[in-house]
Amino acid sequence: MKTPTAKPAGAATRALEVVPPSGPTAFLTSFTAGAMTFLCVFALALALASGRLADRWSDALARTATIRLLAPAEQMQVQTDAILAVLSATPGIASSRILTDAEQRALLEPWFGPDLPIETLPIPRLIEIVEGTPGYDGEGLRQRLAAEAPGAVLDDHMRWRRPLAEAASRIRLLGVLSIALIGAAMAAMITLAANAALAANAEVIRVLRLVGAKDNYIARAFVRRFTLRTLIGAAIGAVAGLIGVALLPSADAAGGFLTGLGFTGASWLWPLILPPLAAVVAFLATRRAAFAKLKELT
Amino acid sequence: MIAFENVAYSYGGAALLSDVSLRLAPGSFHFLTGPSGSGKSTFLKLAYAELLPTAGHVTLFDREVRSLSRDDVARSRRRIGIVHQDCKFLDHMTLGANMALPLTVSERESDPQDLSDLLGWVGLKHLADALPPQLSGGERQRAALARAVIVDPDVILADEPTGNVDWDMSLRILTLLVELNRMGKTILVATHDLNLIRQAKSQVQARVLRIAKQRIQLAGADL
Repeated sequence: MKTPTAKPAGAATRALEVVPPSGPTAFLTSFTAGAMTFLCVFALALALASGRLADRWSDALARTATIRLLAPAEQMQVQTDAILAVLSATPGIASSRILTDAEQRALLEPWFGPDLPIETLPIPRLIEIVEGTPGYDGEGLRQRLAAEAPGAVLDDHMRWRRPLAEAASRIRLLGVLSIALIGAAMAAMITLAANAALAANAEVIRVLRLVGAKDNYIARAFVRRFTLRTLIGAAIGAVAGLIGVALLPSADAAGGFLTGLGFTGASWLWPLILPPLAAVVAFLATRRAAFAKLKELT
Repeated sequence: MIAFENVAYSYGGAALLSDVSLRLAPGSFHFLTGPSGSGKSTFLKLAYAELLPTAGHVTLFDREVRSLSRDDVARSRRRIGIVHQDCKFLDHMTLGANMALPLTVSERESDPQDLSDLLGWVGLKHLADALPPQLSGGERQRAALARAVIVDPDVILADEPTGNVDWDMSLRILTLLVELNRMGKTILVATHDLNLIRQAKSQVQARVLRIAKQRIQLAGADL
């Protein structure tokens, strides 16, 4: 009798083969990974859309302010001239201009329609200010305006810009937090599945140990299986999520935030990192569970 | 190779073995006998570090078992072929793949011709592609023996290797063990089958040990 000659194995080891196929458990792991990744795509879309919105609001409003002048008709031009004089003498103001009747009509059009006789209505005159670098002293400007043009009110947009920008930032944070929670939930579910698989294969582990298998080898067999299942499930979930986002109505001005919930340009590539990320989560979760269980089974 | 020094083992407060000292010399052939429940299986489990002694020292290849990490134990088991009465296999893998398992887990590959020769040696070549549940008790015992020797171990520990087979098959397994001993392997067989021991003594120089009253004694002419 001659015992077989041992040769080093190639790169592809047979670690996967030593664990019996597990049927429904395998499907459930892939399904869980797929469902979680699908949700993750939407959370990512939410985070990116709210991020864009916050940036847009900040960019559009950060450097501008408006002076609203409400005065009797005979005072209107005098106070307008006074305001423009104050503005031209105020350091930190890059430019200022009076909004035309057409521009004011356009602003009111969504509420009152296109045929509004703006000339006959007592609506305030609006003066747009573009801030320079460095900016102007808002409080000082208010005091000067109060002295020179009592009907003028400086609106630096901060009053409503800040809460909107903050809300958008919080929605973005919520999206990121959702992704983290989904990842953590997936790790927990995979850990449970891996523990169940390890417990169900206690006899297989005993045989493997009897013939000299190291913990690392046994763990690898389980880790590879769960990582592959997760990767496949997550890839399917990511594709399904991308299709779902693509089917959302496209962004338009009327729809605002809701119709802008999606990806633009290169951000369509972001969901593609989710399957490998899910696989990394599965790898780490299964590896941790496997070594803990193997220690327990000693 | 494997040495016991004043070893004791208790389970649930009850002593199974106490003050056991024994050294398995390279190339030796030992039988370990005793009534059921006397501690034969426990002795073997201590010998391949499945259990740790509650007192005393067990040394595997010059290293005390308590100092071995789990990886060290795995490495030691690659030098020990283990055959159980209820030999376990991976039921989803073919007999051939099960035979090669000790090589597979050490990330080596077996030569298909050598594997075929090994299966032929135990008379199972025709069952290479069969699944373990399809094998009879005797076939499983021979398969377990083949699996135990595939990594060319220094020691073979067999726990009631003929427990589930008829007399003819027992003799066949004994012949295989004797052949392995003639190849230089150290053999320790736990059995309560005295006829098998008598049969073996006509073929090989074997020491017969008996476990009685938790201790190991050298059995004498009564065998």
